[in-house]
Amino acid sequence: MSDKKPILEMKNIAKRFGQFYALKDVSLTVYPGEVHSLMGENGAGKSTLMKILAGAYTATAGEIFIDDKPYTINGPKDALNAGITLIYQEINLAPNLTVAENIFLGSEISRHGLVNRQKMEEETQVVLDRLAARFKASAQVASLSIAEQQQVEIARALHRNSRVLVMDEPTAALSSRETDRLFDLIKKLRSEGMAIIYISHRMAEIYELSDRVSVLRDGQYIGSLMRSELSASELVRMMVGRPLNDLFNKDRDIPKGKMVLECQDLTDGNKVLSASLQVRAGEIIGLSGLVGSGRSELAQMIFGAEKRLSGSIRLNGNPLQINNPRDAIASGIGFLTENRKEQGLFLEMTVHDNIVMATIERDGKFGVLNEQRNRAISDTSIKALNIRVPHSQVAVGGLSGGNQQKCLISRWAAIHPKLLILDEPTRGVDVGAKSEIYRMMTDMARKGVAILMISSELPEIVGMSDRVYVMRAGSIVGELDNEAITQENIMELATGATHHMAGAEVA
Amino acid sequence: MSTPNTQIGDKTPNKKFNMNNMVQSLGILPVLILLCVGFSILAPNFATESNLMNIVRQSSINMVLAAGMTFIIITGGIDLSVGSILGSTAVIAMVTSLDPAFSSFAVPAALMAGLLMGVLNGVMVAYVGLPPFIATLGSYTALRGAAYLLADGTTVINSNISFEWIGNAYLGPIPWLVVIGFSVIAVCWFILRKTTLGMHVYAVGGNAHAARLTGIKVGMVLTFVYAITGLLSGLAGVMSASRLYSANGNLGVGYELDAIAAVVLGGTSLSGGTGRITGTLIGALIIASMNNGMTLMGVSYFWQLVIKGGVIIFAVVLDKYRSSKHATA
Repeated sequence: MSDKKPILEMKNIAKRFGQFYALKDVSLTVYPGEVHSLMGENGAGKSTLMKILAGAYTATAGEIFIDDKPYTINGPKDALNAGITLIYQEINLAPNLTVAENIFLGSEISRHGLVNRQKMEEETQVVLDRLAARFKASAQVASLSIAEQQQVEIARALHRNSRVLVMDEPTAALSSRETDRLFDLIKKLRSEGMAIIYISHRMAEIYELSDRVSVLRDGQYIGSLMRSELSASELVRMMVGRPLNDLFNKDRDIPKGKMVLECQDLTDGNKVLSASLQVRAGEIIGLSGLVGSGRSELAQMIFGAEKRLSGSIRLNGNPLQINNPRDAIASGIGFLTENRKEQGLFLEMTVHDNIVMATIERDGKFGVLNEQRNRAISDTSIKALNIRVPHSQVAVGGLSGGNQQKCLISRWAAIHPKLLILDEPTRGVDVGAKSEIYRMMTDMARKGVAILMISSELPEIVGMSDRVYVMRAGSIVGELDNEAITQENIMELATGATHHMAGAEVA
Repeated sequence: MSTPNTQIGDKTPNKKFNMNNMVQSLGILPVLILLCVGFSILAPNFATESNLMNIVRQSSINMVLAAGMTFIIITGGIDLSVGSILGSTAVIAMVTSLDPAFSSFAVPAALMAGLLMGVLNGVMVAYVGLPPFIATLGSYTALRGAAYLLADGTTVINSNISFEWIGNAYLGPIPWLVVIGFSVIAVCWFILRKTTLGMHVYAVGGNAHAARLTGIKVGMVLTFVYAITGLLSGLAGVMSASRLYSANGNLGVGYELDAIAAVVLGGTSLSGGTGRITGTLIGALIIASMNNGMTLMGVSYFWQLVIKGGVIIFAVVLDKYRSSKHATA
């Protein structure tokens, strides 16, 4: 923040995946002895930018300068040699090896092929002492807590004499005390001249640590704020400000029917601490919140895929006692999972099979497939949602994301659900398919289905939802309706910005 | 099984698609035809009616084992114990047949025993959560011991069994062994392609997590595939005992490998999610044709093993190559 020279400059970085630009024109300047925070919505491009810096991806265009000299990063080794270490959200250590072995992985101290463990441990211990770590160099990584494993990753960066440390949502898995210790460490490293790029959604952390904050949106660099200029509302405006498109048909004018879903104080004792919500027939309810806030886990509890610790669920007024997805489906609940490839699709099976998989038992006669009925269902679905296939016998694995998603939505529509839970229904889906999916949702709502939609895409939430619940750190912290449904309001609730503005302690 | 449905009306049904699909559905059949043509040229008496019937009969026991194995491999599992189950159940059939009080229950006893052993495998895989390789390795070993124990270390002989027709008699011109083999294939084909259970088997093999979220009882499906394999192994045991009029603890050693080979040759992937019973049928015929043809050619048994192994590897490589051309993104 003085007139130091930047240690790292990324200029006009672009990154293309096929037809899609994850980054369009992003520039970032990082100074030594500073914590530079990077903010943006899910999908804004933060992780992509950092992966380019770490050598995991190669930029399609743009330049990188280290200490004012141009530098090419073609792979992880180049990044390491430049003194850049990226600490991912998922811990990148070998759990079966010791701390010392992990730190020296790939560059073991050895003579004639024989590894000198003692020396490795001595050198490791020096670094660990610098971090005031509470575990020994000979400890097995699997025995350490997540916070301690993170410290090992930081130790590894120090050992390599890294000068730029990138941390991606490091506090996601930490307790508040561990978070405090991490922050002390970060401040210490900063005072020693380390440049730290800190990615986080949590407004309180941004406020506590940052010397400078840069915001990305839709793959573009929006701007930076110095510490003295920081304001939550300004940051939110930068992260979110975009015109609402008219993909959504909000004024559907659908009369809201009876109460279909009533959840009271749901908790699974883990990711969901307290959730109460209601959905009526014909309503499309948005469930918003940051990644990791517990939305998917809440949905899985309602669907019976995860165990409920306590709390009640009523479906159409009756208490719901389900232990598994099979019971949920029998009760009339459908669930489109977040991760269609891992949890939804049978990739080697045909479009037809994927569409009818949840209804073959219902329509079968003494266990034999009712081919006529099944065919009718898949043919109708293909027409209704405009699934682009020559016929239903094509393997689903080769379809585009949008078409795959349409198959899955058809599967759930076919069970004639009373309640349909959609988790990120248009993730990875092209615009054309999106509008068809929204149309389907509206049609179903018109027929009286209650729809609960989880989404990280703010325009979608704002555009489609009759009401919005916002989750933060496992609890539903707000409910918005009518004019109050705005991207800014949602982001404030999701990040806890308003709480911070009021000066109160944030979770 | 893949007739384009022109009702749905997208534009041009791809001409290239049709050819590819035909090649795919023919599967390994060209290899069988090639082998038979080759052997007819190289070996005298290969292409006679009686020899061809011999081949089919020789393949029937393996066909029955491989049919069950197909289910298991579709779910991504494996069953190493089918040979041991065959041995144990064959011995049970013979021992029961020698007992005057129960001799007419020989076949049901063997089938029940096979079913039970299969259920045990299924429970280990589905509910205890053991990897199929380990679970069936355990039963492979234990049931082999059981076979010896049940036979008391001897060869159990009975030249007067009520079920001798299975292994030796004919239905018209066709040996009963062949009829049973093909019937088993037909029934298994029906289950896999025409029933909800069959679709569930493919689903569990393709994506067990997604299957559970679609309401499929994954545990029951897994137990079923091991149970039916156990039952079919019991049937194979009965077929063996009937043909030999005897059984001992050594019967069936190594049979699991031919069963797995038949399934894999037929195009079923060991990673699960895909596969066809018709492929298994042809795979079993390929193995039997090779055994028969090479014997007629006078090839030494040891060389036969080397060549058989080579053909299996070649056929699988060919299949991988072909399916990678239709690779999904």
